[in-house]
Amino acid sequence: MPEDLNWAVGGEAGDGIDSTGKIFAQALSRAGRHVFTSKDFASRIRGGYTAYKIRTSVDELNSVVDRLDILVALTQRTIDENLDELHEDSVVIYDGERSWDAEVPEEQIALDVPLKSLAEDAGGAIMQNVVALGAACEVAGFPIEHLDSALEKRFGDKGQKLVDNNQEAARKGRDYVQENYDHDFGYSLDTTDEDYVLLNGDEAIGMGALVAGCRFYAGYPITPATNVMEYLTGRIDKYGGTVVQAEDELSAINMALGAARAGARSMTATSGPGIDLMTETFGLIATSETPLVIADVMRSGPSTGMPTKQEQGDLNMTLYGGHGEIPRFVLAPTTIAECFHKTIEAFNLAEKYQTPVYVVSDLAMAVTEQTFSPEEFDMDAVEIDRGKVVDEDSIDQYLDEQGRFQPHYDAADGVSPRAFPGTEQGAHMTTGLEHDELGRRTEDTEERVQQVDKRNRKVETAQREEDWSPREFGNAEAENLVLSWGSNEGAIREAMQDLDVDVRFISVPYVFPRPDLTEAVENAEKTVVVECNATGQFADLVERDTLTRVERINKYNGVRFNADELRDRITETFAAESEATA
Amino acid sequence: MSSQAHFTDFKSDKRPTWCPGCGDFGTMNGMMKALANTGNSPDDTFICAGIGCSGKIGTYMHSYALHGVHGRALPVGTGVKLANPDLEVMVAGGDGDGYSIGAGHFIHAVRRNVDMTYVVMDNRIYGLTKGQFSPTSREDFETSTSPGGTKQSPVHPLALAMAAGGSFIAQSFSSDAQRHTEIIEQAIEHDGFSLVNTYSPCVTFNDVDTYDFFRDSLVDLAEEDHDPTDYDQARQKIMDFDNIYQGILYQDNDSVGYEKRLGIKEPMNEIPDGAPEGAMDLVREFY
Ligand SMILES: Cc1ncc(C[n+]2csc(CCOP(=O)(O)OP(=O)(O)O)c2C)c(N)n1
Ligand code: SF4
Ligand SMILES: [Mg+2]
Repeated sequence: MPEDLNWAVGGEAGDGIDSTGKIFAQALSRAGRHVFTSKDFASRIRGGYTAYKIRTSVDELNSVVDRLDILVALTQRTIDENLDELHEDSVVIYDGERSWDAEVPEEQIALDVPLKSLAEDAGGAIMQNVVALGAACEVAGFPIEHLDSALEKRFGDKGQKLVDNNQEAARKGRDYVQENYDHDFGYSLDTTDEDYVLLNGDEAIGMGALVAGCRFYAGYPITPATNVMEYLTGRIDKYGGTVVQAEDELSAINMALGAARAGARSMTATSGPGIDLMTETFGLIATSETPLVIADVMRSGPSTGMPTKQEQGDLNMTLYGGHGEIPRFVLAPTTIAECFHKTIEAFNLAEKYQTPVYVVSDLAMAVTEQTFSPEEFDMDAVEIDRGKVVDEDSIDQYLDEQGRFQPHYDAADGVSPRAFPGTEQGAHMTTGLEHDELGRRTEDTEERVQQVDKRNRKVETAQREEDWSPREFGNAEAENLVLSWGSNEGAIREAMQDLDVDVRFISVPYVFPRPDLTEAVENAEKTVVVECNATGQFADLVERDTLTRVERINKYNGVRFNADELRDRITETFAAESEATA
Repeated sequence: MSSQAHFTDFKSDKRPTWCPGCGDFGTMNGMMKALANTGNSPDDTFICAGIGCSGKIGTYMHSYALHGVHGRALPVGTGVKLANPDLEVMVAGGDGDGYSIGAGHFIHAVRRNVDMTYVVMDNRIYGLTKGQFSPTSREDFETSTSPGGTKQSPVHPLALAMAAGGSFIAQSFSSDAQRHTEIIEQAIEHDGFSLVNTYSPCVTFNDVDTYDFFRDSLVDLAEEDHDPTDYDQARQKIMDFDNIYQGILYQDNDSVGYEKRLGIKEPMNEIPDGAPEGAMDLVREFY
């Protein structure tokens, strides 16, 4: 595994934990170091606790691990929550002058730093977290100038004075440690000239949408999808678009549908409970053949479940949700950068095939900030395909003999022409009732079959014409096969660096249509499917597709997989005599 | 925009299957005339219809149209108008569609004040599902699901709209063709969300709220000295639940459509062929 340092800041919700952590992550990223962050919300014990964790290395990082080297603890609880991640060289930074009596276990190095009073010296108690960051720089052997740069970014638009004060606060923290703890902590953080950007999965979806030409977003706030809406707000306007905060998800998806029918690239994003409501309209989107992108940023269900916890529980929902039989595409980006690419792909698929497209990501990606080289977001490679849009000049060939536009024309490839409202001679209706080629209601048995076949044919065309390949890692010849969908890719890839067994890993970003895995599964001695849910929804699909039993690694306690545990569980699975082959 | 349209241009070639005598015929005719009289054509009009006998209007009129799911026509209209403010957007549906399953959207569409016209074909009954009580049914109205009356008070849509900050609140009657058409015309011309609650009698399932009943009891504001721009006068009339009025009860002349307040100027249907210029700046923001 890469040589890394694991750092965290934790305290009460409201202690500014998130922004403190983000500043440190930014400092590391600006120093040319890779960063992979995670957040602890709420509780192993009781409400209130939150932490921001950073794993950093000069090498690429794709996972969290369960080890903490430096912990800034603003509350006792922060220490208690993280006991099993601390080791004998861990350093705990805390403020002994605060009202709580910190009990730092003896194995750890306790660094009592008067955060609050040093902050007051620098200009205000509010900067106590920044004092802690300065102290952390000293412990980690990290040049404070990079922290300066992050503070500049964070406070720059609020005036130089504030920047100066914060930089001063950081120095007070650093100096205090230098002067009072004559100790080599054994950490040193190299910097590089690499140029990284730091973003999370929701931001990547939002940026993908902007780049893809999305002009309309309607949504209703819900963790962990809200960030998509917040990202687009204020940015989409610059491109002539808008964001609407709707009264609920029933409304949000219908607004997005209306905008799409008006010709805008349009989307909404939500999480499981919102998908439940949106499912009412999902069939209408498909039968009216409206292009729409719906992002489902999964969290732990069912019902309100664990709103700030990870789960990949919505596979069946996005694949089968809605009454009747509904053609759709379901994409499941496997990394944060892929959230960007798959969102662009989703818009093209939606418009080319006039079909709803789910982009299924999850909380693990939504709350993780990860570094990428800017080249990962290659704008020159972005292609926009709006499909069969007709205008005044080309509309003639799509009118029937009575001069009527046929929005559901029974084309050979299943894809009908599309006329944006305002196009002369293009006026047409459409409906969620079964309809004829003109969009008029019908219950005629032949027309019904024609329209069902036509809609399904679009999927067949897409299956043929588009690239649905999975991503491959490891040894393609290995007899042990690991399969996974969505965000587990990073943790599995890191686990593989430390595996004693040889494995082939296929990471699947398409749930529907999906790549045919039959050959891979048949060629493997043993296959294991890794996913963050209890029942193995993707494993079920694989078994059905390949008619072969597979092993399963599931996790549903609300916490994402990390590389350490996957290394152990994958090793165990392949070492064990399999039931399937026994 | 094409040359001046005639109201029959807004008729589709589908023959309505409404019961002979249904109020929805008159409501629809007035809408078509009002659209033509205000200079609109089918190619730049978008109609969103709900589900119900009333909702079938989307099928019988000719324009760009979406006949959606039960109760959600207003959000669809909102999306259409925001994405293309050049379109004339009209939303139509029943009293159940708008004031029961869609009641939440109704309140919020009123307060959002997007420039569109909402015609509620109010027959005080569920027609399509064959005669259950609706949210506007009287308290003592007996139906298959309310044998001893509904035992609940009816909603007062105009009052709901006023409480939600409505900027154009009107009521019409499908069989008073001229007034109905006039009122819809003014609703179309209003900048903001216009509610027109149109009594459209159901001759098959409602033997109480009949043509005769509405003819006898409707008070036409045109014959009264009513100033719709006077909020207090409007409130008095709207809160007067003992009478029913025809006409524009309230209009805020200072109203500005939400799409304008958002600064939306152009239709959103044109986008660049690839990533927009300067797209790399979006990435640099994350440095
Ligand atoms: C989700 C859903 N629930 C129930 C129905 C059945 N349904 C269709 S129309 C309707 C009520 C129609 O009443 P109203 O809106 O007043 O229209 P009207 O037929 O009276 O014009 C109902 C309950 C449906 N289509 N969808
Ligand atoms: S049932 Fe009533 S509302 Fe429906 S078409 Fe017949 S008369 Fe009209
Ligand atoms: Mg009704």
